[in-house]
Amino acid sequence: MFRGPSRRLGHHHRFDNVTPLKRQAAPRFLAYAALWLFPALAIAQGAAVPAFKTLDSIEARVQGCVTCHGESGQGTSNGYFPRIAGKPAGYLYNQLIAFRDGTREYPPMNYLVAYLPDAYLREIAEYFAKQRPPFEAKDAAPADTAMLARGSAIATAGDPRQGIPACIACHGARLTGMQPGIPGLAGLRAAYITAQLTRWRVGSRQAAEPDCMKRIVSRLSETDIAAVAAWLARQEAPRDLAPESANLVRMPLACGSQR
Amino acid sequence: MGLRIAVVISVLVAAGIALVVLMRPNAPPHTPVAAPVAVNATTQYLNRGEYLARAGDCVACHTTPNGHQFAGGRAMATPFGNLYVPNITPDDETGIGQWTADDFYTMMHTGVSRNGALMYPAMPFASYTKVTRDDCDAIYAYLMSVPPVRQRNRPHELRFPFNKRELLVGWRALYFKEGEYVADKSKSAQWNRGAYLVEGLGHCAMCHTAINALGGSSESKAFEGGMIPNQNWYAPSLTSNREAGLGHWSEKDIGDLLQVGVSNRATVYGPMAEVVYNSLQYLSDEDVAAMAVYLKALPQADAEAPPTSQARLVNPDVMETGRAVYAAQCAMCHGAEGKGQPPQFPPLAGNQSITMSSPVNSIRMVLNGGYPPGTKKNPRPHGMPPFAHILNDELVAAVVTYIRLAWENSGTPISPGQVSGLRSLLPE
Repeated sequence: MFRGPSRRLGHHHRFDNVTPLKRQAAPRFLAYAALWLFPALAIAQGAAVPAFKTLDSIEARVQGCVTCHGESGQGTSNGYFPRIAGKPAGYLYNQLIAFRDGTREYPPMNYLVAYLPDAYLREIAEYFAKQRPPFEAKDAAPADTAMLARGSAIATAGDPRQGIPACIACHGARLTGMQPGIPGLAGLRAAYITAQLTRWRVGSRQAAEPDCMKRIVSRLSETDIAAVAAWLARQEAPRDLAPESANLVRMPLACGSQR
Repeated sequence: MGLRIAVVISVLVAAGIALVVLMRPNAPPHTPVAAPVAVNATTQYLNRGEYLARAGDCVACHTTPNGHQFAGGRAMATPFGNLYVPNITPDDETGIGQWTADDFYTMMHTGVSRNGALMYPAMPFASYTKVTRDDCDAIYAYLMSVPPVRQRNRPHELRFPFNKRELLVGWRALYFKEGEYVADKSKSAQWNRGAYLVEGLGHCAMCHTAINALGGSSESKAFEGGMIPNQNWYAPSLTSNREAGLGHWSEKDIGDLLQVGVSNRATVYGPMAEVVYNSLQYLSDEDVAAMAVYLKALPQADAEAPPTSQARLVNPDVMETGRAVYAAQCAMCHGAEGKGQPPQFPPLAGNQSITMSSPVNSIRMVLNGGYPPGTKKNPRPHGMPPFAHILNDELVAAVVTYIRLAWENSGTPISPGQVSGLRSLLPE
C-alpha cells in the first residue's frame, strides 16, 4: 500500500522532505502517503528519541514522559504539552500529586501516574526541575499589536484598576518561576497558557488555598487571557533559567502553594 | 631484663589505653538490644483484619480518589447504570457503625445487607462467600477500628428494570452459590491457601471470568477471560496458554507479577495495576507463593485453537511500516528482537498478552502508555509513554500488527478501525 516511502522510514526524514518528493512526478498515492506518514514520524523522531545510558537510572525511568514533554522536559513541537524542565520541584511535585489523586484533571496524565508513590513522584519532579535544555523556537505566529501591548501590560505591570497583579510579581522577573511552588512561564506556548487560565476560570483547575490564581483569573477577560498568553509565548529565553529564590519579594496575593 | 621491662611497660600502656577508652564519658553506648515490641492481642487481631481487608481490596471500590478511606461514594459504571459504592466506615448513621459481626458475616457470606436488601453483584459476594467466619470477623474488627466518616450514601442510578432489587433473586439463582471454601484434601496446604485467596478475598473471577449480558459469571467458564464491562480492558484468560495461562510460567515469575507488578515474563497495567497497588503488594511472600502455586496449576484448557495461517495473512507493506515504526519508537526499550529488558521493560516476543486474540490491551498500551504500579518491591517502576498523539490509526495498527506477528509471535493482524474505536475512549 505505501510501498515507496515505507522503506525509507529508517532515515531521519523531516516534514520539509515532503516538498521535494511532491515535486517529483511521483504517483499520487506516493505523495499522499508521504504527506501522511512523514509528519507523524518527523514529530516523533525530532522530539522524542529516547536516550538513556543505564537501565537503572532516573533517565530510563522517565521514558514514560518523553513523547509529550521531551527527553529533558523541554516540551515537544505539539503546542499543548508544556515545557516542564526547570520549573520548581515543589510545583512539579504538586502537579504530579494532583494528577494522581484526580484534583487536577487531564485523563492521559491521571492515568499514567495513578499508581505511583509520593517518594517516586518527588524524585521525578526533582529530576525535571534540574534540567536546563535549550528552548524550543518561540511563537512567531502573527498577532495584533494592540493585543500584544495589552498582554505585555498585564505581564509586566498588571492592571491595578482591575486588581490584576503583574505576572512577573510572582512568576519572576525573568518568568522562570519562584521556589518552591510557582511555575516558570518562559518557554510555554500560547495554547497551553490559554487552556490553563481558562480551566482556572471555569473552576476545573485549582491550587492550594488560598488559591491566588483563582482570584487573578476571575479578573481576567477572555481577551486578556488570549493577550497575555500571546505575549508570554513570544518572549526570548532568559539567560539564567533558574527559578527565583523563595519569597525574595513580597507577593501581591497570598498563595497556598508557597507555604 | 630490658625485654621484660619493655613487655611490662607495653602491658601497662595497653591497659591504660583500654581504661581511657572504657571510661571515656562520650564512649558510644552499646547498641541496645531491641526490646520486643509488645503486640497485644487486639493489635495483632486488627493487623490481621487489615491484612485480610487488603487481600480483599476493599479500599479500591469503597474509597474515592483523594477521599476518606472507606467512606464510599465512588461511582461504578455498569452496563445497567451507575452504582454508588456505600460508606463502610463505622459511622453510626451513614456507615456500618451499628452493624454487628453477625450482620457483617451475613453480608459477606450471603450478599444480603443488614436491612435485608439483596446486594448488587458489583459487590463480589459470590467470591466473598468463601471467606471463613474467622477471617470475616477480623475484617469486621478492623473496619470498626478505622476513623468513622459521616458521609451519606448516594442512591444508585440504575435503569429500569435493573433498579428493581427483587430481580436479583433470579440472578442469584443462576450465578450465586453460597458456601465457605472447602479444602481439597487431595491438594497441598499451599495449593489450598492459594485457592482460598484467589477464589475468595482476591475475587479474581470478577474480571477474569467473562461476564455475560446479565452481569453473571458462569462457573463453567471460570478464569477463561473476558472484557471488563465499562472499562474497555480485556482481562485475559488464566487457563489458556494462548492468553495469560500460567502453565508455562515459573512460580517466581507469577509471584513477581502479582506482588511486584513486574516480572521477567510480563508487566501489569490497567485495572490489574490497581489491584497490585492497592492489594497484592501487601500480601506476604508465603501467600503470594501460594497463589502462584494455585494459578500455575489451573487446568490449562487450550480451548481456542491457534489462529490459522489464513488468519495470520498480512499485507507485507503493513508489516514493513510496522517494522519501521517499531525500530524508531519501540526498539530502544523493547529491543530489536522484542526481548525487552526484563523486568523493567517487558519482552514482547512470546508475550501472551500481546498475541492473545483480543488486541485491545496492546492497542491501549501503544495509545496511552502506562506505568506499572509503584510497589514495596519496585517503588520506582519504569514506564512507557503514550503514542496517541504521534502515531495515527494506520501506524498504530501497523506496529501492533508487527509485534503480534514478528519473532514467531502467534497473533493476528489488526485493522486501523480497531484502533480508532479505542482512541476515542479516555484512559481509565
